[in-house]
Amino acid sequence: MKIHQVIKAAIAASAIALMMSSAALAVTLNLHNGSEPRTLDPAKQNGNWEDRVISDMIEGMMTIDNKGNVINGQAASYEVSEDGLTYTFKIRNDAVWSDGTPVTAKDFVTGLERLLNPATAATYASLAYFIEGAQDYNTAPEEGKPAKDPSMIGIKAIDDKTVQYKLRGPTPYFLSALIHPSMYPVPSHKVAEFGEDWSKPENIIGNGAYKVTEFVPGSHAISVKNDKYYDAANVKIDDIKYFFIDDTSAALALYRSGGLDIMSDLPTDQLQLIKDQFPGQAPLTPILSVYYYEFNQTDPVLKDPEIRKALSTTINRLAITDQILASGVKPQYSWVPPGIGNYEGGQYTPDWQPDGSSPEAFEADYAKLVADAKAVMESKGYTADNKLKLTLRYNANPDHERIAIAVASMWDAINVSIELVKSDSAGPHYTALEQGDFQIGRSGWGLDFNDPQNMLELLLTGAKQADGTISWGNNHGRYSNPKYDELIAAAGKELDLVKRSGLMHEAEKLALDEFAAAPIYTYVTKWVVSPKISGYVPNPLERHFVRYMSKAE
Amino acid sequence: MAGITSKDLVLTRYAEALGQATPTKGRSLTQDALGRLVRNRAALASIILIILIGLIAFIGPYFVPWDFSKVDWSAIRKPPDWAKGHYFGTDVNGRDVLSRMMQGTQMSLTVAFVATFVSVTIGITYGAIAGYFGGRIDGLMMRFVDVMYAMPYILFVIILVVIFGRSPVLLFVGIGCLEWLTMARIVRGQTLALKEREFVEAARAGGAGPLAIIRRHVVPNLTGPVVIYATLTIPEIIITESFLSYLGLGVQEPRTSLGTLISQSASAVESQPWLLLYPAAVLITLLLSFTYIGDGLRDAFDPKDR
Amino acid sequence: MLRYVIRRISAMLPVAFVAITTCFFIIRLAPGGPFDRERTLPPTIKANMLAAYDMDQPLWVQYFRYIGRLLHGDLGPSMVNQTFSVNEMIALGFPFTATLGLSAFVLATTAGILAGTISALNQNKWPDYLLVLFVMVGVVVPNFLTAHLMQLVFGVYLRWLPAAGYSPGSLLHLIMPVIVLGLAHAARVSRLMRGSMIEVLGTNYVRTARAKGLGERLVIARHALRPALMPVVSYLGPGLSYLLTGSLVVEQVFGLPGIGKYFISAALNRDYGLVLGTVILYIFIILVLNLLVDLVYALLDPKVRYS
Repeated sequence: MKIHQVIKAAIAASAIALMMSSAALAVTLNLHNGSEPRTLDPAKQNGNWEDRVISDMIEGMMTIDNKGNVINGQAASYEVSEDGLTYTFKIRNDAVWSDGTPVTAKDFVTGLERLLNPATAATYASLAYFIEGAQDYNTAPEEGKPAKDPSMIGIKAIDDKTVQYKLRGPTPYFLSALIHPSMYPVPSHKVAEFGEDWSKPENIIGNGAYKVTEFVPGSHAISVKNDKYYDAANVKIDDIKYFFIDDTSAALALYRSGGLDIMSDLPTDQLQLIKDQFPGQAPLTPILSVYYYEFNQTDPVLKDPEIRKALSTTINRLAITDQILASGVKPQYSWVPPGIGNYEGGQYTPDWQPDGSSPEAFEADYAKLVADAKAVMESKGYTADNKLKLTLRYNANPDHERIAIAVASMWDAINVSIELVKSDSAGPHYTALEQGDFQIGRSGWGLDFNDPQNMLELLLTGAKQADGTISWGNNHGRYSNPKYDELIAAAGKELDLVKRSGLMHEAEKLALDEFAAAPIYTYVTKWVVSPKISGYVPNPLERHFVRYMSKAE
Repeated sequence: MAGITSKDLVLTRYAEALGQATPTKGRSLTQDALGRLVRNRAALASIILIILIGLIAFIGPYFVPWDFSKVDWSAIRKPPDWAKGHYFGTDVNGRDVLSRMMQGTQMSLTVAFVATFVSVTIGITYGAIAGYFGGRIDGLMMRFVDVMYAMPYILFVIILVVIFGRSPVLLFVGIGCLEWLTMARIVRGQTLALKEREFVEAARAGGAGPLAIIRRHVVPNLTGPVVIYATLTIPEIIITESFLSYLGLGVQEPRTSLGTLISQSASAVESQPWLLLYPAAVLITLLLSFTYIGDGLRDAFDPKDR
Repeated sequence: MLRYVIRRISAMLPVAFVAITTCFFIIRLAPGGPFDRERTLPPTIKANMLAAYDMDQPLWVQYFRYIGRLLHGDLGPSMVNQTFSVNEMIALGFPFTATLGLSAFVLATTAGILAGTISALNQNKWPDYLLVLFVMVGVVVPNFLTAHLMQLVFGVYLRWLPAAGYSPGSLLHLIMPVIVLGLAHAARVSRLMRGSMIEVLGTNYVRTARAKGLGERLVIARHALRPALMPVVSYLGPGLSYLLTGSLVVEQVFGLPGIGKYFISAALNRDYGLVLGTVILYIFIILVLNLLVDLVYALLDPKVRYS
């Protein structure tokens, strides 16, 4: 029966859309969304392909402007306690859900409780672990023990319009973490009515600028403007069609034929064509992210930092970014990507970083790095006739494959012979990395919020589990240095931003001087935006809300 | 993929015709058919073309200046350049397209022959055993074939890729293990018909074991269907391989195949046409040739014309 | 007749059951699982997810629970898509794939029969050569390549048709996908038709009909077409099941919401629930079509007894 409802809604929506378009009133934004959202439930979202649809529909306590700066969203104002551990928010009086129900403090409490409830099985629950009691509540009770009491979580509805968060330690990035969809409120009256089904397209409501009215899996979703949104007067686009097209060349064909206003991803091998035919439409500005290679440090060969050094220094990052990819990405030598907030002090630069001032200087420096690395390899017995054999893992993707081929060719010069191993998709690739079933593996990280903490915790020693095993999380290479862990722990307790940055810088230098991993480049945004669209400003988090955009016909 | 060529239908009809004709001595029939095949100009031209492509693919690499996995950092994504020895240009990683095409053709032909050989072998053995022993064994074995027919072929292929992804030859041994169904049915039908005939009865009375009878009296009578089956299966496997490459499940780099070369460059046809045109030309020539040979063989082995 | 159908169906069910069981276990052989993402999940969260989908149970328990639900017509949850259950996804995707497949089937079969007949009537003249060439291209060019090129020519350069995407109720969005999907089918039908038509035109009774002075059109329409169609008819069953189960590439290239696209992404994401759901659908399509073909054949050819 639900299907019928969806279809009916779809028919109704398309009829309305048709009427509106014939009246030449509605402005529709055709937005390429990449993959299909697996859910519209903000607690269960996994990535930007869900975030785009959700964040146009639901707004957090804090939100961002079109440049990516954190601004008040549903919050009218907030106060921070002196110790930085308690945040008290006042919700806007005109904040309402699209069905007219006012947004209350309870909606935020329910949102967080659902996120952390083990039964929700939310991927991003760990993001909220900086809230008091969050981690404990998210850990399922042992067999036979009763379910845990959600009141243990450090969130409280003081009154209908006041929410208080208690944090387990100083968290300078708390406000920017609140813009993450996992921290969004949910309409508690709808959750009470429909349970887990509240986020189905036919049930869902939002407190943001748009509301989903049609959802065809494998094809598209349509959101229409929410007139009850407090800032509706300034929302210029009437509806959004999100296209679910994984194949980027298909998306490009559609963009070229005028069927899309915005692409959120592009086929790298077609970039030249895009630049030629659509000058200025692909901004290619850096986003907060790193593409890197991990070394498995439990491997008898790779646990030797000298070998890791030889490998990392001989990755010709400039050749990869400028010749192989030629997609506007920039070489990266530091662990924390450039342009990050809450990180006073200069960027980490290794002493071996080749001189990038001129191609000749770079070539000379790089040649020396290769010669040094080759000497090190030979001193360890790896000669041209007896090469060091290593495997390099990546997941199926043209760019990953090309980088792997190029790096293998670079390492061939230092007597390392690489066997490439491709996984059919990201899931199995990362499983192999998690299980330590690799020697060198491709990895990438896009930051969830604008703080170095999100990047640096990737290299923490794993946590011991109840059964004695160690859970290494995203530290697939299993880098472990107690000094590093101490520095990060100290930074986590430090309230002073400058001192905190100092500790973090020290940790970053420590890990990279030991070649814990090999950063290769900083990703750039792959959005391509038609000149008809204004209000789009590239930002380092690559989050763009349609409420700021307008379209000229 | 099942159904990409109308292989099953062509063969079933052929087998029906064969069933109505009287089986004769295998050798003379084969020689007869070969003679007729050679007189078919399109088929002959196709045979010559395939031999030529095969020779270039397997011997050519010794005569081209660049190795298929060698990166030429000075020529990334460059059109044909005779001075540097990149006669067909270079790919996105600066590797020579001509030598990659040779390697890719080798790979495509190898996997196609491997899969075909495996499927023919299994098909003959399975069909002959089922047909020869008959009764409950036959019923059970054919029921299994029914189950296999009902399974979506592509699911198994994808699972096989996921399991054997690292070894293309092993992968196509696996694919061969899925392709034998029609062959088994035809062989079973032939065996059922043959085992009632006098010369088989005589052999049995003479104390020959089932294996010997199958080998000596059944298999030689299968030359026609086997040869036709094989020529139709080879292009089918090559297409399956290119389909898998399109899904990103192709052979592991640095090795390549015609399907991989084409699927990687299909979207960049405007900016780097040389990456698509040459491999596509070879693939299409190969597939056309195999189709013409298949047609020629069917005419040559046609029992009606005998 | 009815008894024959009932017997065939009762023979079909165990086949379907064995096939489903095999698929259930085979899909688990693939490395990785549905909850392996780009980011490592903390063990507590992964445990929560496994528990939410019964995947913390032994495999045989999961199997019996699955079969139990299946008997009630419930294909269970998708393990990746949390918005729709497998039943809902199939209910939305199958009508689309069926529309695509059936349109391609009708159009391509008609086109193939026509082309084959024209070819046969003009044997070894230029229309024949042209058509044979066209047909050969249809058979041997991989369909993802045809799709890409058509997208480029008709979508981007000429802008006659939408390059990709889908809009409910829009026929324009279906034109290119239907052509690409049907091309190979049309080519195969036309090859069969040409061959059998040439054969039939050479038979004595066609010669007799001609000798009687009947017009060429009448000879073909009344005497040649029917027998020449027989091999084509027997190919239609497998042909249709190929069109219904072979829409993966077309749906992928044109960004269309169909079963094939679900299947591919489910297989790559190890979405066991959705993979099994689509596979079960495919199994039933294949089995039902086989049955239909046999029935149609029995109706057309009185020699076949329901034995």
